[in-house]
Order: sequence, then structure tokens, then C-alpha cells
Amino acid sequence: MDKKRFRFVQGNEACVEGALTAGMRFYSGYPITPSTEIAEQSAIRLPQLGGHFIQMEDEIGGIAAALGASAAGVKAMTATSGPGFSLKQENIGYGCLAEIPIVVVDVQRSGPSTGMPTSPSQGDVMQARWGTHGDHPMIAIAPSSVQDTYNQTVRCFNLAEKYRTPVILLMDEIIGHLREGLEVIPAEELEIVNRGDHNITGMAYAVGEGEYVPEFAPFGEGERYNITGLFHNDAGFPTNDNDFTDKIEHRLMAKIEQNLDDILDWEEYMLDDAEYAIVAYGGTVRAAKGAIEKLRAEGVKVGLFRPVTVWPFPEEAMKKVADKVKAVVVAEHNYGQLLLEVERVIKDRAELSFVGKVDGTTLKPEDIQAKVKEVL
Amino acid sequence: MEKKLVLNSKWCKGCGICAEFCPKDVLAIDHEHCYVVNEKDCIKCGLCELRCPDYAIWLEEEDK
Amino acid sequence: MPSKLIESTMRTENLPHIWCPGCGHGILMRDVAQAIDNLGLDHDKVVIVSGIGCSSRAAGYMDFNTLHTTHGRAIAFATGVKLANPELTVIVITGDGDAAAIGGNHFIHACRRNIDITVVVFNNNIYGMTGGQYSPTTPTGEKGTTAPYGNIDYDFDLPELAKAAGATFTGRCTAYHVPQAIKLLEAAIQNKGLSMVEGLSVCPTYYGRKNKKGGVIKMYNWQKNNCIDVKKAEKMDPEELEGKILMGEFYHKEKPEYCEQYEAIIEKCGGNK
Repeated sequence: MDKKRFRFVQGNEACVEGALTAGMRFYSGYPITPSTEIAEQSAIRLPQLGGHFIQMEDEIGGIAAALGASAAGVKAMTATSGPGFSLKQENIGYGCLAEIPIVVVDVQRSGPSTGMPTSPSQGDVMQARWGTHGDHPMIAIAPSSVQDTYNQTVRCFNLAEKYRTPVILLMDEIIGHLREGLEVIPAEELEIVNRGDHNITGMAYAVGEGEYVPEFAPFGEGERYNITGLFHNDAGFPTNDNDFTDKIEHRLMAKIEQNLDDILDWEEYMLDDAEYAIVAYGGTVRAAKGAIEKLRAEGVKVGLFRPVTVWPFPEEAMKKVADKVKAVVVAEHNYGQLLLEVERVIKDRAELSFVGKVDGTTLKPEDIQAKVKEVL
Repeated sequence: MEKKLVLNSKWCKGCGICAEFCPKDVLAIDHEHCYVVNEKDCIKCGLCELRCPDYAIWLEEEDK
Repeated sequence: MPSKLIESTMRTENLPHIWCPGCGHGILMRDVAQAIDNLGLDHDKVVIVSGIGCSSRAAGYMDFNTLHTTHGRAIAFATGVKLANPELTVIVITGDGDAAAIGGNHFIHACRRNIDITVVVFNNNIYGMTGGQYSPTTPTGEKGTTAPYGNIDYDFDLPELAKAAGATFTGRCTAYHVPQAIKLLEAAIQNKGLSMVEGLSVCPTYYGRKNKKGGVIKMYNWQKNNCIDVKKAEKMDPEELEGKILMGEFYHKEKPEYCEQYEAIIEKCGGNK
């Protein structure tokens, strides 16, 4: 067996391997449980590939340096957990408006505040979408296994490059510290999006008719231009012109909304004949599948709807599922966050119920099984 | 090569730094703009150019 | 057509700049441009990084690769730019609030790493963009809109702070003393390591008005009469130096630079193949 290709690793290591395969050559971050292994592994692996790792003085420095590296032309990543994710929010917004691709990994842990650093949680789902101020779209992807973490990290980089935006890999402690088999699929066997040719001729933020993403010219290649977190004109210079503000806001939203077919991803499991649907993502998926196995053995026709892109939420797919089942049960490690989005989307298409955990333990198949039985 | 004092009144904000520190009192401020009052005394030292916060005055080389 | 220097180093379509009449920032920005020009650096390989505040609007005017970032974070962004591509000359233009208050942590740690970045602090002793609040360099006893009864904080000596944190080049210049400032900035950019230059600016609008400094001309005359070159000061009596501010090159020491050290790690790991 090819020992380099087939490994037994934890989710956090799979994230780093996926990032390297995607072309990450810069990592900057700050140690925080339960994401620290991502920094440690990056520190070992990056110089071996000619890349750079830096441990910054704080979480804000971690994302700022990554954004700087990306502006200099290098694919960059930072990783953190709850408290650090809060600290990074302002600069996530900067990345959205300045249109600088980076990948931000959030290995969610119990909160609020310092909470329980080593305990699992999915309490940052809404922060991932709404954490920074102002209106902006967001892409956040929740992997549900070690292999999926590898694959989805590659996808995060691809989407970040393609749409020139920060992309959040929304892991959780369960997946980050889970150890299982990983196949390190080499880049040649995957689709890798790299920065293309650029010829911005002084109009760094101009797009062609029907296009949404401006070409990205890295610093140092001869196309001197300005990047700013102020609303800017097509040349990249600050402006208070309301027409430009309106134009750029619409374009930022449209570049995601008009490309949902490309961006959205979800998994449907045993839904074909289902009368009940469980909605679960990330570290809750396995418990949900366990519950389905038990319930099916009891004759209950139940399946799983798993948003892989938690943001943007796969709205239409969710509606279709809701239309054909009697009830939807949302299972997550929080007090009911994605529940609100599901509620907004399905309205009265199906009965809605929720099962969550916030005590630092994990949802068990039995917990979800019991909740489904309540709505039968 | 001769040097010539050039003014761009569109950029001048009339702060008065150039006039105050001109060693030969060549410059003055009027109606919030700098102007040349005494060109013949100008020694082309260029201090006005160096200290103009708005790049509104400078020495230009001209072929004679 | 502006002067040759302005034409070749500034985005003249964005001028005149937003700074108030008599603001020292325009002079200091020109000094930085002149230093880059004197050193003959390739403009395509120069990156100007700034944060938020009056000082940081400089980036938008300067015709290089310019990155106008978030409040306090310029040095952290610059660290990423430099480490990702060490070939680039990276200059941070920041302010007293941006560098020493909200960005203080990045400031001292960049000094500690001795990464090859030149940090130029346009120090106007006040938060100008927000209308005149006291900053970490507002002298004790002076006023700001948030220190209506006088500032009881002690102010930072930024070059001393940078030196203590590990910077290998420190100095101070003023908006008034232009030729000296350009020379100092040239030396700072040439230093292979973290260079920190405090540029004493003049804020007639907020700091000046709030503290009855008597307007633009008086404020520049104050700099002229009270800032003494550090070499000249060595020969002066302590009484003569009472109330004076020192300027010039304060500290310059060779020490291995961060990016070079990282390249050695890459070589050791076989990553340069």
C-alpha cells in the first residue's frame, strides 16, 4: 500500500494536506484549541514545499498576514476556533470587500467566551454567516469526516480563488480531532483553480458585461494598483459616490447568488422514500446516519439532508425535501442556529423539530432517534 | 539648464508654509493661494517645493 | 503637470489629497516618495501598506502597489506581503493611533522579529480622522475632545519602544526638516530588518486648535526651533536640551533578518528544490 497516499490521520491534519494539495504556500495563525494541530502541521509541512509559515502575535494578525500574503500572490490560510473566529471577523469583511481570496478554518468549540475549549460545538454557524458587519455574501463549508475535510479544503481554496473571496471551512472539534483513514488524492487527479492571467490596465475592480469577478493581479507583477476596505471605484480608489457603492455591493452579492449552481453542495441520504428528514451537517452527520439506521430497522422511513455548503444554504434542495416529507428534524450541536435558516426556508411545507446539545457532549444516534420518534 | 518656479494654484490650499520659510521672501499668500511677489530674488533653493504639503509649487528645469 | 517626482511617484489623478491646509502628512508622504526615488527602487517592486486614519490615506495617492488595510493591522498585513514575497520592498505608513494604540501588538512583534519592513509613523499627536481625540502620543496634560480636562496618560516614545522591542533601525524626523527626513528614510529603507521612523507631523486643525498652538506657521516654527539633531545634541548641555525633541538616526544594529532566516529553514527542509 502506498503509505504516502493512504494514511491514518486526524481531521486537522487532513485539512493541512488538502490545503497543500490545493496550493496553499502560506499559513499565518495563532495557537488555539482545538485547531492548533493545523498550525503545527503547517509549520512542519510548508517549508518542505518552499512555502512559509508564521505564528503571529494574535488572531487578528493571523488573518491579516494571510490576506497580505494572498495580495502578494500566494494561496494563504489561517485557522482558529470560536474566540479567535470572533477576533478575525473584521478582516473577513475586509477580504470580502477588497476581494482577496483566503481560506479561514474555524474548528468550532463550546462557547460563548472561553467556554469549553476541548468540547465540540456548532455554535459558530450563524457567526460564519453574519459575524462581520455590513452586507456581504459568505461561503462556508462543513466537512463531516476526515476524508471529507481533505476534499472540502481543496474545494474551499478553489472557491476562494474563483470568486475572490474569503471562504470558511467550518469544522468542529469532532471532525478536527477524529482519526480515520485518509487518501491523499494528488493534485493531478483533482480540479485545482489557480489564479489566471491578468491584465487590469489600471482598472483593478472592473468587470466585463455579465461578469462578476474582476481579474486578480498579485503585487509585484507590474500592475500597480490600490486595494482598500473603503468602498472603491473600478480603479480601486476610495469613493463616496453612492452609485459606485451600490454597484459594488450588488456585484459582491451577485457573484455568489448568480453562481449558486457552481457553489452549492449538499448530500441526500436515504431520502427517496423518506417520510421524515433529518437535517445535519459536519460532526453531527454520523450520529444522524446512526439514528437513520436504527429507525429504518424499526420501519421508520427516514433520511438525511446534509448541507455541505452551510452558506450559501441549499435552499431549493431543502424545499424539495420538505415538500415530500411529513416532518423535518434539525440536529446540531447548539441551541438551534441552522434551525432558523431551515425554518425560514421550509416555512409550513413540513412540521419542524429540533434536537441539540450544548453541554459539551456529542449528540448520540439515540438522541436523534428519540426526537424523530416524538414527531412520528 | 535654468530652473523655473512653477505654481499649481488648483492644488494650493494656502497654508502659507512656502512663504513663511522662503529665505528670500519671494512668495506670499493672498486669497488663500500662494503667489510669486519677488521672482528676481529667488535663489532656486527649492525649499518651498520640499515643504509644500500639497505639491503645488516646484522648480522645473527648462532648456534655454 | 506637477513636478517630475510627484508625476513619477504619485497618482496625480487623485490629487489634491484630502489632508487639511498645513497638515504635515503631505510633506512626509513626499519625503517617503523622494527616498524611494533617490534609492532608484523599481516602483513595481515597492509595496506601501497602511492602516486607518489620516496617515493611512497616503497609500491611495502613491503610485506603487498599495494596500490600505484595517485599523491597526497594516504591519500584520505587511508581514504577510513580505514573507510571501521577500523580493518586495515593503513600507508601512501608519499613524500614532494606528501603530501605537490599536496596532501596538503588531508593532512590537514586527520589531521583535526584525522582519525587513520599514515602518513610518506619521505622528500628529491626535486622532485626526475622528475629530481630535487624544492618542498614545498626545503629550501628558494636553487636550483632545476625549481629554477635555487635559490628558493624564503618559505618552509613548515610539523609537525607544521600537528599539526595546528589537527593531534594528530607529529614528525620528519632522515635517519641517525635509532634507534630513529624506536622508533618514533612505537609510531606514536600506536597513535589512525592521526599521522604524517616527515622522513628527503637524495637525493644525485638531491638535493645534485644541491646544492653542497658534496655527500652521507657529507649529512649523516650533518644530524648527525645538527639534535638534541627535549628533548636535551630544555636544549640548542638559539645560540647553530642556524641552527639546531629538531627531535623526538613533539606533542602527546588524541582526539576522526574519525572512532570510526562514529561507534557511526552507533550505534545510529541502523546500527550495
